[in-house]
Amino acid sequence: MLELTTTRHNPMIDPTLHVWGWEIPVYLFLGGMVAGIMIISGYFLFSGRHRASTQCSCFQVPLVGIALLTLGMLALFLDLEHKPFTWRLYTTFEIKSPMSWGAWILVLVYPALAAVAALRIPESWRIAFKGRLARLVLFSERIRGSAAATKTIGIVNMLLGGLLGIYTGVLLSALGARPLWSSSILWLLFVVSGLSSAAAFAHMIARDPYERVLLAKADNGFLIFELFVFALFFIGLASTSEAHLRAAQLLLGGAFAPAFWVFVIGLGIIIPLIVQLMAVNGKIPHTPMAPILVMGGGLALRFVIVSAGQFSHWMNAHGLPLPF
Amino acid sequence: MARFAMVIDTRQCVGCMDCVVACKTENGVPEGFNRDWIVQDVNGIYPTLHMEIRSERCNHCDNPPCVYCCPTGASHVHDLGGVVLVHHEKCIGCKACLAACPYDARFVHPEGYADKCTFCIHRVEKGLQPSCVAVCPTYCMYFGDLDDPLSEVSLLLTSRKYHLLLPETGTQPHIYYLT
Repeated sequence: MLELTTTRHNPMIDPTLHVWGWEIPVYLFLGGMVAGIMIISGYFLFSGRHRASTQCSCFQVPLVGIALLTLGMLALFLDLEHKPFTWRLYTTFEIKSPMSWGAWILVLVYPALAAVAALRIPESWRIAFKGRLARLVLFSERIRGSAAATKTIGIVNMLLGGLLGIYTGVLLSALGARPLWSSSILWLLFVVSGLSSAAAFAHMIARDPYERVLLAKADNGFLIFELFVFALFFIGLASTSEAHLRAAQLLLGGAFAPAFWVFVIGLGIIIPLIVQLMAVNGKIPHTPMAPILVMGGGLALRFVIVSAGQFSHWMNAHGLPLPF
Repeated sequence: MARFAMVIDTRQCVGCMDCVVACKTENGVPEGFNRDWIVQDVNGIYPTLHMEIRSERCNHCDNPPCVYCCPTGASHVHDLGGVVLVHHEKCIGCKACLAACPYDARFVHPEGYADKCTFCIHRVEKGLQPSCVAVCPTYCMYFGDLDDPLSEVSLLLTSRKYHLLLPETGTQPHIYYLT
């Protein structure tokens, strides 16, 4: 037996770490989804797919991406405890800190998203601003006319989207004190989940029927790959140390298992995968239900990983009671 | 270059919490928060039980994850003795350092910045002992320079058995517990 009695009872630390509430999972989800949006719209531009339809969703989703990222950063800001000093993030670059990398990546992400959005100025904006956007429209048409410029914007978006998605995972996996996060493929899980949520969102708003089917098929591929990455994630944890094994058990059969199996795996992956497979095979019409479930699953994944990760601890390996 | 460390004799510590009170008084630690604390550890199988009482705090690690994850450089290693400190005016309160510390030695000060044990660096710079060491009624705590082979802490570590907390995390802590 091992019995530990401590006189410490620091807020947010004891009895288990709970420093991050709803803000960080929301930020990680929105950041991951924007990363997916950048990769998908960047790929459409790079491959020339955007020329196939005047209604290509690759021109619409970046605008939504800017709004989602701003919301995510607002959530991140709300989480900070020393808000008046937030500007300090941009007075230095700490090479070992994933959060510092992320802060600077976010600075680059906004103009990259804006560049894609500016490639096609929405008709409603042209009417609303009555010719005041004439220069921007002219500039956007020139860029769109240049295959090299469009491809470059596509490549830059894919690269920055990849970095943003990777950062959302590395942010947690760099914190080795929490065994659940201490996985070298957490970034891959978050990137695939972000791609899946972004594909689901683009699928939901796509107007072109061919594009809708293409995005649904892509999303199905991402969802299947996500299940594969989950399997690798758990194998990695189970073969590391007792602390990591117990961390994996938190999700597989412990306190966080109901949320994980029901919201992340069941409602977030399996059910929408079945619905979308039926839709792409023409057995049922495309429905917004599946994309909404996929995005809900992506959000639930971040909540479960952030919450269970904070609960997982090296001391648990020495016999502290676990809630299962 | 000095490398400060603390050696605590668990055979002499009685868990009186004088170190805790001294720290709170010396450093103005707010009510409800602790920079150091007492842990009573009982392990084994009855009737062969082992009990240890430890005074715990930030381990001022050689490989400090709290410093590495800090996005602003607020958490840093002080030039004097490798002590891990926090620049309050640089800290944004992101709490990454709290999550990065396997010892859960940090907390968020009510004013918003990350706070923790400083080895009473303001006293050490004047040639004094950290307040917890200075008040210990059983003289179970020792503070000194590990780079000096003749220092009290170096001699204790060469003559007595000791253990570290969570060495498997690779942080290379600098609080040594004599057993």
